Amino acid sequence: MEEYLFNILKGSVLTLEVALGSLAVSVVLGLLGATAKLSPSKPLNWLAGIYSTVIRGIPDLVLMLLIFYGGQIFLNKGLESVGYTDYVEINPFVAGVLTIGFIYGAYMTETFRGAIMAIPKGQMEAGSAFGMSSLRVFFRITVPQMIRLALPSFTNNWLVLIKATALVSILGLPDMTMLAKQAAAAGRGITPLAPMLFFLFTGVIYLAITTVSLVVLKQLDKKYSMGVRRGEF
Amino acid sequence: MSIKLSVENLHKSYGTHEVLKGVSLTANAGDVISIIGSSGSGKSTFLRCINMLERPHAGRITVAGEEMKLVTARDGMFKAADERQLQMMRAKLAMVFQHFNLWAHMTVLENIIEAPVNVLKLPKDEAIARARKYLDKVGLKEVEDKYPAHMSGGQQQRVAIARALAVEPEVMLFDEPTSALDPELVGEVLRVMRALAEEGRTMVVVTHEMAFAREVSNHVIFLHKGVIEEQGDPKEVLVNPQSERLQQFLKGSLK
Ligand SMILES: Nc1ncnc2c1ncn2[C@@H]1O[C@H](COP(=O)(O)OP(=O)(O)OP(=O)(O)O)[C@@H](O)[C@H]1O
Ligand SMILES: [Mg+2]
Repeated sequence: MEEYLFNILKGSVLTLEVALGSLAVSVVLGLLGATAKLSPSKPLNWLAGIYSTVIRGIPDLVLMLLIFYGGQIFLNKGLESVGYTDYVEINPFVAGVLTIGFIYGAYMTETFRGAIMAIPKGQMEAGSAFGMSSLRVFFRITVPQMIRLALPSFTNNWLVLIKATALVSILGLPDMTMLAKQAAAAGRGITPLAPMLFFLFTGVIYLAITTVSLVVLKQLDKKYSMGVRRGEF
Repeated sequence: MSIKLSVENLHKSYGTHEVLKGVSLTANAGDVISIIGSSGSGKSTFLRCINMLERPHAGRITVAGEEMKLVTARDGMFKAADERQLQMMRAKLAMVFQHFNLWAHMTVLENIIEAPVNVLKLPKDEAIARARKYLDKVGLKEVEDKYPAHMSGGQQQRVAIARALAVEPEVMLFDEPTSALDPELVGEVLRVMRALAEEGRTMVVVTHEMAFAREVSNHVIFLHKGVIEEQGDPKEVLVNPQSERLQQFLKGSLK
């Protein structure tokens, strides 16, 4: 019994790794997507628009399968055409992180775009007027002010993202959910309550992760709300 | 006498609407130039073209002897031919905005040292010393660690002036620095600006404060529909306006 529980606990490490890895990917894509959507360049607007619309319009599970298997086929066809004939299997961890990151990057794009649009234009203008480059304006003024405005929606995305990591089990990764399922099947012999017990345990760990996240994000909000008068926004 | 700022024949349109139809200005060291005119006459646009916050269609901008390298972009407006040069020139043209535009996520001190440290590459302790000097100059004490939102408009605008002073610019550009202030706070900002004028700073000020234009500036420009309708010594131009439009404008602004 304890052995199974311990196993699930170990699986939570993988779950966390996938979640944090995907988060990093999604934040980078989100920043790029938001910048592209707000840029004066029409082709960039268009590209980012398609990305966020298409990705947000398709279920995560379908996208996951599509990108993993589709990506695998494309990769091998591509390699074949350049004369490399060995079959390459994508590492499922990398695939999972990239796929979930890619999906949530679309949500982050919208989150960041909305937040950037809510920053008064004069803030960025003052940066330019004092000789900052546009990159410096972005990282010294836009991003720090965006964080506070993006946080509520960012928090939402993160909570959904953590739960979406359960999907990596379909790629064969032994995440928490997969291990719980295996334990449930094996433990049924010991007690008929085993499935419930293991899934309950898994649920509690997810809840612990999300609760800790909320506390951390609350601190972040406090930090970035310095200089804001409460009730003003 | 050295020329700090020269703007020659500036043109700017929004779509088919020509907002500036060839406006020029020369500021010698120590000049305080007031730009007046009714709403929509192009005052802000002119000021913002000087540091390229708006992109003009034609003209020439020279700051302390250095001409801004501008080329016409595909959309017909100027763009900087050399981003780096534009950045350095902007730092020589510190701007004070109508709505202060202090960076909301930074304390007063951080606001003031930002450009000196990151644009002028001043060592941080030197920048802090500078910041304290200029905070003192604008008459603010014990505000270093405050955030802009926790200060009055008059205090914020004085911090914004200190921020502009801290880059030790060749020319200071003011766009209606007192228009967003409650009437009782206008005086403290005007006093600071008067003191700056007296110590010989070169300033270009878009203003509705006729008393400031008359008493503090040594040159006034009356802009009307994108052209300079009248200009000269404020003691003459504002007391004895020649053009009918300026006469009307001054009558209106007395009310
Ligand atoms: N971004 C813009 N797009 C289109 N038209 C603009 C834009 N900015 C200004 N204008 C127009 O240009 C003209 C000049 O505007 P500007 O803001 O320079 O006037 P102003 O003299 O500063 O007026 P005020 O005293 O009200 O500040 C106005 O007719 C205005 O409508
Ligand atoms: Mg204006």
